[in-house]
Amino acid sequence: MLLAAALILFATGCKKKVAAPPPPPPPPPPAEAPKPKPAAPTASLSAEPSSIQRGQAVTLTWNTRNADSVSIEGLGNLPANGSREVYPNASTTYTLRASGPGGSTSASARVSVTEPAAPKPAPPPATKPRKTFSQRVQEEVQDIFFNYDKYDVREDARSQLTRNADALKSILTEFSGEVVTIEGHCDERGSAEYNLGLGDRRSSSTKEFLVQLGVPADRIKTVSYGKERPQCQDASEDCYQRNRRAHFAGQ
Amino acid sequence: MMRILTLLLVAAAAWGQSGTDAILKIIDPALPVIAVPDMRGSAEAQAHMNTFNEVLWKDLESSGWCKMASKSFYPSQAAQQPSDFKPPLGNPPQRQGPWFTDFSAPPIEAKYLTVGYTAPQNGRLVLYGWLFDVGQTTVESGQVFGKLYFGDISTDGARKIAHEFAADIIKHLGGTSLFGSKVYFTSNRSGAKEIWSMDFDGANQKQITREGFLSNFSAISADGTRMAYTSFPRGNASILMMSLETGRKLPFYNQRASTNASPEFTPDGQRLLFASTLAGVQQIYICNLDGSGIKRIGFSQAVDTEPKVNPKTGNEIIFTSGRSGPPQIYKMNMDGADVVRLTSGAGEAVNPAWHPQGQLIAFSWTGGPDPGSRNIFVMDVATRTLSQPLTSNMGRCENPSFSPDGRHIVFQSTRTGRTQIWSMLANGTGFRQLTTQGSNEEPVWSKY
Repeated sequence: MLLAAALILFATGCKKKVAAPPPPPPPPPPAEAPKPKPAAPTASLSAEPSSIQRGQAVTLTWNTRNADSVSIEGLGNLPANGSREVYPNASTTYTLRASGPGGSTSASARVSVTEPAAPKPAPPPATKPRKTFSQRVQEEVQDIFFNYDKYDVREDARSQLTRNADALKSILTEFSGEVVTIEGHCDERGSAEYNLGLGDRRSSSTKEFLVQLGVPADRIKTVSYGKERPQCQDASEDCYQRNRRAHFAGQ
Repeated sequence: MMRILTLLLVAAAAWGQSGTDAILKIIDPALPVIAVPDMRGSAEAQAHMNTFNEVLWKDLESSGWCKMASKSFYPSQAAQQPSDFKPPLGNPPQRQGPWFTDFSAPPIEAKYLTVGYTAPQNGRLVLYGWLFDVGQTTVESGQVFGKLYFGDISTDGARKIAHEFAADIIKHLGGTSLFGSKVYFTSNRSGAKEIWSMDFDGANQKQITREGFLSNFSAISADGTRMAYTSFPRGNASILMMSLETGRKLPFYNQRASTNASPEFTPDGQRLLFASTLAGVQQIYICNLDGSGIKRIGFSQAVDTEPKVNPKTGNEIIFTSGRSGPPQIYKMNMDGADVVRLTSGAGEAVNPAWHPQGQLIAFSWTGGPDPGSRNIFVMDVATRTLSQPLTSNMGRCENPSFSPDGRHIVFQSTRTGRTQIWSMLANGTGFRQLTTQGSNEEPVWSKY
C-alpha cells in the first residue's frame, strides 16, 4: 500500500518534470530579552540657522532622554527638551551636557557669525555664446514660397532672397567650410514622382537667383523632397501654399 | 471660357458615348453564380475552419470570375462529400436528402457548388474538396473535379489549402488565380518610409528594405527577381537595386545629379528607365541594370517622370509631363519620338500604369465628373476612350497598378483617413482594403 502510494507520488513527480519546491524555512528564534539596566542618556542640539549676520537671532533646540540634569554652557540649567533664541556676537559653539543614572553625554552645535555683507559687485557681463552654422541659417535665412505647379521665383520671394543672399554671404564667410542646403518642397497635388522633379526645380531656381546675387555656387547644395516632408497636411490652399517652398538648412 | 468649353467637350466625349464602358468589359457582366457553404473540419482541423472558409470565399468573391450566391438561403445541411447526395426518387420526384436542386432552384439559382471537409491526417491538414455543376442530373455528371489539398495544421496551412482550392475553381471558370502574386508598396509603419510586400489579399505583410530613411517608388522586374527603388541616403534621391532572391543590394551607379528617381524595368528585364536631373530639369533616361550605358530618351523643358514601358510590345512609353501645365499623361516611342498627349489637359493626370495586354492604361485624374477629386480611370490608348471613374467618394485615389491577370487594380485611397492600399475589380466593383497599419502607398502588383 505504501509502495503504491510512493509509486504514485513518484509517477506524478516524473510526469510534471518539475521538482516540488522546498518548504519555507522556519521563522528565526525571538531575540533574547536585554537585561534591565539604567538607560544611558541621549542628547541632541541644533542651531537654526547655523550661520547668521551679527545681530540676527539663532534658535537653539535640544532634546534629551534618560537625563535628570541638562545644561548648556552660558545658559545654565534647562528642561529636558526645549528651545531658546540667542544672539551671539561672534561665532560660538554651544555645548549641551546631559547626565542621569546611566551616565552622561554631550552634544554641540556651532553658529558662525559674519559681519553684515557689503553690497555685491555687479556680475561680469555674460559671454555671448557663438551661434552654430545651422542656428544662423535657421534664424537669418527665411523660406521662400512658390505658386501652384510653378518654380519661377515670385516677386515677393525676390526681396526675401535678396535679404537671404546678404545673410548667407555673412554666414558662409564666418563658416568657411560649410555648405548650405536648399530643399525644394511641394504641396500634395500631383504625383509624388512629379513633385520630386518640381521640388528639384524650385531648389535650383532658388540657387540660381542667389548665385546671381553673389552667393558662391559651390557653397550651395540643392535637394528635392517633393511632397515627402510637408509642413502641414490639410487639403486647403493655405496649407498647400505653406508646403510650396524652398527651405534653407545648415546641415 | 475656352477652357470651360474644352472641359465640357471632353466630358461629353468621355461620358456621353456608349463606347465608354466597353473598356470595362474586362469583367463579363454575366458571371456564373457559385454557392460556397461553410465547410467543417474533424477534430483539431475545426479550429482553422473560420480562416479556411473566409479565405475561400474572399478569393472567389474577388476573382472576377463568378458571382457569390448569398449564404442566407443555403439549406442548413449541405453535402460534405459526393456520397451525401441523394437523388430524388419517384414520380413526382420526392426529396431523399441533399441534392443539386437545393442550390440550383430559386432563390439561389447557382450553377456551381463547392463540397468538402477537412481532417487532420498524419500531422497534416487535408482538404477533401469538390466542385459540382448543380445544373446536371447525376452525381457523376455533376462532379467537375475532386482533389486532395495538404497543408500544415495551422492558420497558414488553412490559408494555403483554401487559396489552392480557390485557384483550381477559378481555373475551371477560365481564369488564373492571383495566389502567389505579390503587392509591393511603401509603408511608414516602421518609422521611416520603407518598401514592404504582401500577398494579393493583404496577408503576409513583410518589410523588404531597412534603409532607416525615406525609401519609395518600388519597381519589380517581370520575373520577380529584382527590385529597384528610390532612396534618400544623403537627402538627394538616388536609385538602389536589390535582389529579391537573396535580399542583398546589387551594384547600381547613380549619375551625379540632384535627383535620380522613379525607376522602372523594361519588360525583358534587361534595362532600367528612370527620371534624372542630370541635364537640369528632370527628364527620362534609360540605362543598364547596373546604371551604366545611360541614354536620354525624353527632351522637354518641363518635368517628365513616371516612365512605364508597354509590357506587351516593349516599344512605347507612357509617362507624366508638365510640359502643357499641370501634369498630364503622354506617350512616346522608346527612342523618344512621336510624343503625344493622351489625357485631355484638364486637371492633373498622373500615375500611369499599363494593363498587362498593353492596350489599356489606368491613371489617377482630377478632371473627372467630380472635378478636383482624385479618382482612378482607365483609357483605351488606341482610341483615347475614357472609362467612367472606377472610384468615387473614396478620398484621394492614386497609384493604380493592374494585377497580372489584368482583371484587378490595386491602388491607394484616403477613404478611411490615412492613406491605405485597396484592391478592386477593374470595373470599379469589389473593393477590398488590404492594409491598416500606418500609412501605405504606391502599390505595385507583381506576378511573383
